Amino acid sequence: MKLRSLPAILFLALFFFYPLARILGLTLDTSVFTLDNFLLAWRALSFTFYQAFLSTFLTFLLGLPAAYLFARFDFRGKSLLRAMTAIPFMLPTVVVASSFNALFGPRGWLSFLAPSSTFNFSPFALILLAHVFYNTTIIIRIVGNALTQLDPRLEAAARTLGANPLKVWTHVILPLLRVPLLAAGLLVFLFDFTSFGVILLLGGAKFATLEVEIYIQALQLLDLPMAALLSVIQLLCTLTFSILYSRLSAQMLVPTAPRPSTARRPRTLTEKLYTASIIFLLSSFFVLPLIALPIRSITRLEADRGQRGDVQYGLTMSYYSELFVNRRGSIFYVPPAEAARNSLTYAAATVALSLLLGLPLASALARPGHFERILDPLLMLPLGASAVTLGLGFIVTFNRLLLTSHFSLLSSPLIIPLAHTIIALPFVVRALQPAITSIPERLRHAAATLGASPWRVWQTVDWPILSRAILSAATFAFTVSLGEFGAATLLARPDFPTLPVAIARFLAQPGGLNYGQAMAMSTILMGITLLGILSIEKLRLPGAGEF
Amino acid sequence: MLELRHLSKTYEGKPLLSNVSFTVADGETVCLLGASGSGKSTLLRMIAGLESPESGAICFDGVDLAQTPPHLRDFGLVFQDYALFPHLTVFDNAAFGLKMRDQSKSQIQERAAEVLKLVNLTGFESRKVTELSGGEQQRVALARALAIRPRLLMFDEPLGALDRTLKDQVLDELRHILHETHIPAVYVTHDQEEAFTIADRILLLHNGRIIREGTPAEVWSHPGSAWAAKFLNVGNVVEGVISEKRKVETSFGVVDLRCEHIHAVGEQVGLLLKPSSTGPLKVNARVEDVLFQRDQFKVELAGGLFIHLKEAPKVGEPIQIHFDVECLSNV
Repeated sequence: MKLRSLPAILFLALFFFYPLARILGLTLDTSVFTLDNFLLAWRALSFTFYQAFLSTFLTFLLGLPAAYLFARFDFRGKSLLRAMTAIPFMLPTVVVASSFNALFGPRGWLSFLAPSSTFNFSPFALILLAHVFYNTTIIIRIVGNALTQLDPRLEAAARTLGANPLKVWTHVILPLLRVPLLAAGLLVFLFDFTSFGVILLLGGAKFATLEVEIYIQALQLLDLPMAALLSVIQLLCTLTFSILYSRLSAQMLVPTAPRPSTARRPRTLTEKLYTASIIFLLSSFFVLPLIALPIRSITRLEADRGQRGDVQYGLTMSYYSELFVNRRGSIFYVPPAEAARNSLTYAAATVALSLLLGLPLASALARPGHFERILDPLLMLPLGASAVTLGLGFIVTFNRLLLTSHFSLLSSPLIIPLAHTIIALPFVVRALQPAITSIPERLRHAAATLGASPWRVWQTVDWPILSRAILSAATFAFTVSLGEFGAATLLARPDFPTLPVAIARFLAQPGGLNYGQAMAMSTILMGITLLGILSIEKLRLPGAGEF
Repeated sequence: MLELRHLSKTYEGKPLLSNVSFTVADGETVCLLGASGSGKSTLLRMIAGLESPESGAICFDGVDLAQTPPHLRDFGLVFQDYALFPHLTVFDNAAFGLKMRDQSKSQIQERAAEVLKLVNLTGFESRKVTELSGGEQQRVALARALAIRPRLLMFDEPLGALDRTLKDQVLDELRHILHETHIPAVYVTHDQEEAFTIADRILLLHNGRIIREGTPAEVWSHPGSAWAAKFLNVGNVVEGVISEKRKVETSFGVVDLRCEHIHAVGEQVGLLLKPSSTGPLKVNARVEDVLFQRDQFKVELAGGLFIHLKEAPKVGEPIQIHFDVECLSNV
C-alpha cells in the first residue's frame, strides 16, 4: 500500500462509504416494512423499469441507423455531426431540460409556432425524447465502433452465398454485433434508470421513478427510512446492471490493430436517400434544442403582466438584466447572479479538492501493487451510485454529526463541494492515471543519470506531460460540479442555491419573466459547459479511452 | 460460360482496369496473375456483383448480369483469409448458402455433409471455425462456396495465408476438385507458381490491362514483354540498342535479331537471354557467386547475368555461355 493514496481513501470512506452504510442502517428499522411502503416502492420500481425500457428502445430506434451512417458512410460535416451527437452526454440535466422546454414545452417554440397542433408533446414524451437526446451517442460509439471493426468481406461472402440484404443483417451482422448491442443497451438502460433531473424538471413529481420518489420522501415528506429503503433498491439494481455491463464489455473484442475505415460516399439512390434522411433527422434532433434555448432566452413570446391576450413578441435582453434584480424582496429569494457565483465557488472548491486527492491517488494507481489492484474498482463505485442517493446519504449522516455544537456540516455551504468531489473523483483519477502511466520510468532514469535532481526530474519530465492531463481533469471536475443537479437539489441550503437548483426553481414558478430567466441562466450554463467540453477535447491525450 | 466484355473501372480518379475482356469456358480454370494492386480483386468483386463496372458488360451463358444482384448470381467466391462467419460452426458455415436458399433441413444436412466430405472435413461439423488451423479454414471456405453448386467458382488469393508445404498440398486437392466438379473457375493470385500449377489458361494483368494470355507453357516460354519476363523471372532481361537493320547492340556484343516487330535504328529494346547451346550470343564471364537451389545451382556471372547449372562451378572460374535472344515488346 502506498501512503499517498491514504487521504483519498479516508475521504471516500467518510463521505461515500460511511453515508451508504448509514442508509443501509436506516433500513434495519423494520417499521419501514409496511404494505403501503412496499406498494409505493413497487410502483416506483415498475415505473422506473417501464420508462427506462421505453427510452432505451427509442434510443436504439434512432441510434442504430445513426451508428450505421457513421460507420459506413462518408459525407461532408461528418465529424461535426458526430461531435454534435456527443455533446448532450456531457450537458447538465437542467440545460437539457430547459432546451427541450424551450423547443417543445407549453411556453416553447413549437406551441408558439403551431398552437393547438398535433405536435403538442406530453411531459412523458418529452422525458423519453430527452433520454434519447442524452444517450444516442452511446449507441453510436459502441455499436458504431463494433460495426467499423466488422470485416466487410463477411457481408460480401453472405451476399455471394445467396443472402439478400435483409438476410445479411439477420444472419450475419446482428448475430456478430450481439455483445456490443447488449452492452450499449445495458449502458443506456442504466443511465435512463438513474435519470433524475430530466424527469423531475420535464415531468414533475407525478412521474415518480425511484430517484424522484427518494427525493420526494426525503425532502417533501421527510420520511428518511422510506427514502433509504428506495435507495437500497436503487443501489441493488444499478449494481446488478453495472456488473452485467462490465462482464459484457470484457467480452467485447478489443482490436489489436484498428481496421482501415470502410466508410465511403453513398453511391446508389437508396444509399443517398438513407444518408440524407438520417443526417437531416440527426442534425435537427441534436441541433434544434440547443439552438432553441439561447434564442428563446432573448425572445419574448407572450403577453406582459396585465396585458392578457395582447401578445408582444420580439427580441429582449430583459431576461438577462433581470438576473441581477431582487424583485420579490423575499428573504429566501436569491438573485440568480448570486446563484451563479455560488456555483462557480463550489466548482472551484471541487476542482481544488478533487485534484488534491486525485493526483496522489492516480499516481499510486498508475503503478499498482496488490492493494491498489483491489482499491481500483472500489474507487469507481461512486460512479454507480446515483447523486440523489449520495445526497440522501449526506442528509442522513451529517445531519447529526456536529463538528461543533453550533455547526452542522449539513447546513454548511461546504457540503456541496464535498459531494461533488465524490462524484468528480473517479473522472479525475481516470483522466490522470493514463497520463502518469504513459511517462516511461526510463525517461526519469535517463534524466537522473544526466544529473537532474528529483525535483528537476519532476519539473522537466513529469510536469510537461502531466500539466495537460491535470488541466483536462480540472475542467472535467469543474463542469461536473457546475452542472450537477441531483445531490445539489437535496443538499443546497435555500439561501445558497447553485445555478442548476436556481434554474429548477425558476422553471417551477409561474409567469413569463421567471421562465425567461430560467432560459437565460440555462443558456449561460450551457455556454460555460460547452467551453469546458471543448477544452477537454483539445486537451485529450491521443488514444485515451472515452468511456 | 463467363464472358467479360471491355470492362473498365477507375479508383479515385485513376484507371484501375481498362478494357478487360476474356472468357471462361465450362470446366476451365482461368488464372489472373498480376502484382498486388493490379485490380485483380476488384475484377472478381465485379464478377460477383459486389461492385459494378463503369463500362463494359459481364455475361454468363449469354445473359447480361448487370441487373442481377450478387445473391442471385449463384457464383461461389473464396476470399483471401477466407471470411468465415466467426459466430457459426463449421457445419453452419458450409450450410449458410443452402439456408439462404430456404432448402429443407434434410437437403441442407445431406449437401453440407457431402461438401465437407469432399474437402476432408467430416467429423469437424460442430467445431468453431475460430479454432481451426489455416488449412482447415481454407477447406471450410471452399466447402461453403461449393455447397451451393455454383455456376462459377472464384478464388481471391485463397492460399496467401498458408505456408509452402500446405500450399502445395491444398493446391493439389483444389486442382483435383475443380477437375472433378467441372465448374468453371477464375483464380486470382500474385504467386506465379500457384498460377502455373492450377491454371488451364493464364491471363497476365499489368496496369489494369491483360498483357499476355495463354497456357502456362506458352506464357512461360514466350512472356512477350520485358515487364512479364521480369515479373515471371523467366531469365536474363537486358537492354539493347538497334544499331542497324536486324542487328542489336548489347553490352555483351552485337546479335542478329529475328522478330516480327518493326524497329528504327537507335531504338532501345528489351531482350530476353535464354541459355541454349545453339544460341547466337556468346558470353565469356567470370563466376561471381553460386547459390544452392534444391536440384540445381544458380550461377551469377560478372556483368549481372545468371544461369542455372546442374554442377556447381567454382567462384572466380571463367565460363562461356551461349544465349538465345528474344526480342520483348515494351509494355
